[in-house]
Amino acid sequence: MKILVAVKRVIDYNVQVRVKEDGTGVVTENVKMSTNPPDDNAIEEAVKIKESGKAKEIVAITVGEDKAQETVRKALAVGADRGIHIKVDGTIEPLAVSKILQKIVDKEKPDLIFMGKQAIDDDCNQTGQMLAALLNWPQATFASKIEVKDKSLEVTREVDEGLETIEVNIPAIVTCDLRLNEPRYASLPNIMKAKKKPIEQINGSELGIDIKPRIEQIKVEEPPKRKAGIKVASVAELVQKLKNEAKVI
Amino acid sequence: MSVLLIAEHNNNEVRPFTLNAITAASQIDQDLHVLVIGKKIDAVSKSISEIPNVKKVIAVDNEIYENYLAENFTPVIIKHSENYSHIVCSANTFGKNLMPRVAALLDTSQVSDIIKVISPDTFLRPIYAGNAFATVKSNDKKKCITIRPTSFDPAQTSGGSAEIIKAEKEEATSLTKFIKREEVKSDRPELGTARIVISGGRGMASGENFKLITAIADKLNAAIGASRAAVDAGYITNDHQVGQTGKVVVPDLYIAVGISGAIQHLAGMKESKIIVAINKDGEAPIFSVADYGLEADLFEALPQFLEELNKLNTIQK
Ligand SMILES: Cc1cc2nc3c(=O)[nH]c(=O)nc-3n(C[C@H](O)[C@H](O)[C@H](O)COP(=O)(O)OP(=O)(O)OC[C@H]3O[C@@H](n4cnc5c(N)ncnc54)[C@H](O)[C@@H]3O)c2cc1C
Ligand SMILES: Cc1cc2nc3c(=O)[nH]c(=O)nc-3n(C[C@H](O)[C@H](O)[C@H](O)COP(=O)(O)OP(=O)(O)OC[C@H]3O[C@@H](n4cnc5c(N)ncnc54)[C@H](O)[C@@H]3O)c2cc1C
Repeated sequence: MKILVAVKRVIDYNVQVRVKEDGTGVVTENVKMSTNPPDDNAIEEAVKIKESGKAKEIVAITVGEDKAQETVRKALAVGADRGIHIKVDGTIEPLAVSKILQKIVDKEKPDLIFMGKQAIDDDCNQTGQMLAALLNWPQATFASKIEVKDKSLEVTREVDEGLETIEVNIPAIVTCDLRLNEPRYASLPNIMKAKKKPIEQINGSELGIDIKPRIEQIKVEEPPKRKAGIKVASVAELVQKLKNEAKVI
Repeated sequence: MSVLLIAEHNNNEVRPFTLNAITAASQIDQDLHVLVIGKKIDAVSKSISEIPNVKKVIAVDNEIYENYLAENFTPVIIKHSENYSHIVCSANTFGKNLMPRVAALLDTSQVSDIIKVISPDTFLRPIYAGNAFATVKSNDKKKCITIRPTSFDPAQTSGGSAEIIKAEKEEATSLTKFIKREEVKSDRPELGTARIVISGGRGMASGENFKLITAIADKLNAAIGASRAAVDAGYITNDHQVGQTGKVVVPDLYIAVGISGAIQHLAGMKESKIIVAINKDGEAPIFSVADYGLEADLFEALPQFLEELNKLNTIQK
């Protein structure tokens, strides 16, 4: 079995994101970037499946500017076998990413595609479902447990009501939640080895896909600030304030 | 221009967020139709037809729709999408799972999780865990939009009498099979719509200790939330998680207990009307968004809190 894992480079989750003064976006210069956190879970799950003997090859793929290769390199360091970098500059919407991935799937013919359930920058939560639609494959979103069976996967999904279990036939797309597993760290020897693993570069413009954004970003602004609150000295004072000042209890 | 809203329900009743989505949808255009897909949905369709904002209900009733598999819902929505300028639903796990599948087949770039309708093609949405708000304009002819329910008031539920039209089922998928749903049943208000939410974090130190929270929730008729750390540690189930990768809540009162206030947690609760933080670390970031902060050990503060509440003659429900 072959598993394709999509990884995205985003602003690190620990960074306090700041809005640019001119309202055109958020500050990304000199800001720490990392792999989108649930994408680490996607890679980890693929590696575990390979270690169990149920998969032969893991291919990590990213769509983005040159530096996005770092995320593929990191995936290679924790166990992916080879990488693909589709080079595109500027804004690329989930619909375009999924069309690009569709092209690659046609060529690579993976049995499974693992992705993160949402990217923490745009929080779109779309790409996996869109790709599933374009390929007419089943989708198992927000996965917190995956069991590989003969010709299918049994996937536990985190939904608003609790947990849901579905069975999807292979080939399938799974989008991963952070609770799916505990991503491992890359060891130094593996980081060195990863440098020798191949990353194929493909120029996005050569794929013949219209990736022009359909959504115009008019402005980006700071959310309204909460006004500073107060510290109360005791529980009794807190309850009095809630009752008589805020009038919420 | 007309709007088609995909209703979320459990085959017996309309899920509350559908009402918030209806409010948003009718701000896009008054000509709002609702598509109800499910099994034995007469009662659901009827109750939606009574919502004054709704102009027409399209009901697709078949046993294949008992469990809302996106693979089965999508062909129905695509078929009916023809006459509409906008396809909308709530941005909860139901809509998040479903809408992108629809959007891709309509070749539309979806606008996720809007918090304001500025005009029929321009919307406000939070990005970066709510640390920035983006105003975006969709240039697609047909627009697919998911709505953050807590940013809109629920629609009025009676007084309307929209026509109900029955429509045929589409082909069922053979690729995906529903196996089971483990719903955590409780008599408490739902986390997403509760007027008061009290949440516990890693500071609770065990699942057992959540009984301190439960006792107060009982008293205040509140829903119970949690940080991701508390869920990951197994203190409480995932359906309670508040935050960027959990649920967004906007109650009148949010009480954060033993929660440090990571940006991913704040993303799910910082629009609450009143925020209370109880934390023993005076420097915890949660205090920067709290209207009332209490620097105290929660194991002392929570029992006292309950005691003080018990002293009150009246408590709003
Ligand atoms: C209106 C608008 C304006 C934007 N402006 C800018 C901008 O100015 N600058 C900028 O840098 N970005 C910008 N973006 C962001 C860029 O377009 C996003 O990459 C895109 O929207 C994808 O959204 P997402 O990552 O939230 O997708 P999601 O659907 O949330 O991602 C889910 C998963 O899909 C996979 N995935 C997603 N994208 C990729 C990828 N590129 N490669 C590999 N796997 C992937 C990952 O596994 C990820 O976990 C903008 C987006 C929008 C909608
Ligand atoms: C991609 C991504 C998505 C995430 N999504 C979410 C999300 O949706 N929701 C979410 O909550 N988190 C999310 N997180 C995790 C988030 O970054 C934090 O790790 C998490 O919120 C911390 O939970 P906590 O505040 O309970 O724990 P901690 O940060 O460990 O804080 C515990 C607090 O309890 C206090 N405390 C301890 N003992 C006591 C006591 N006896 N009395 C009083 N106070 C006490 C401490 O002072 C401390 O402030 C996400 C992280 C990532 C990377």
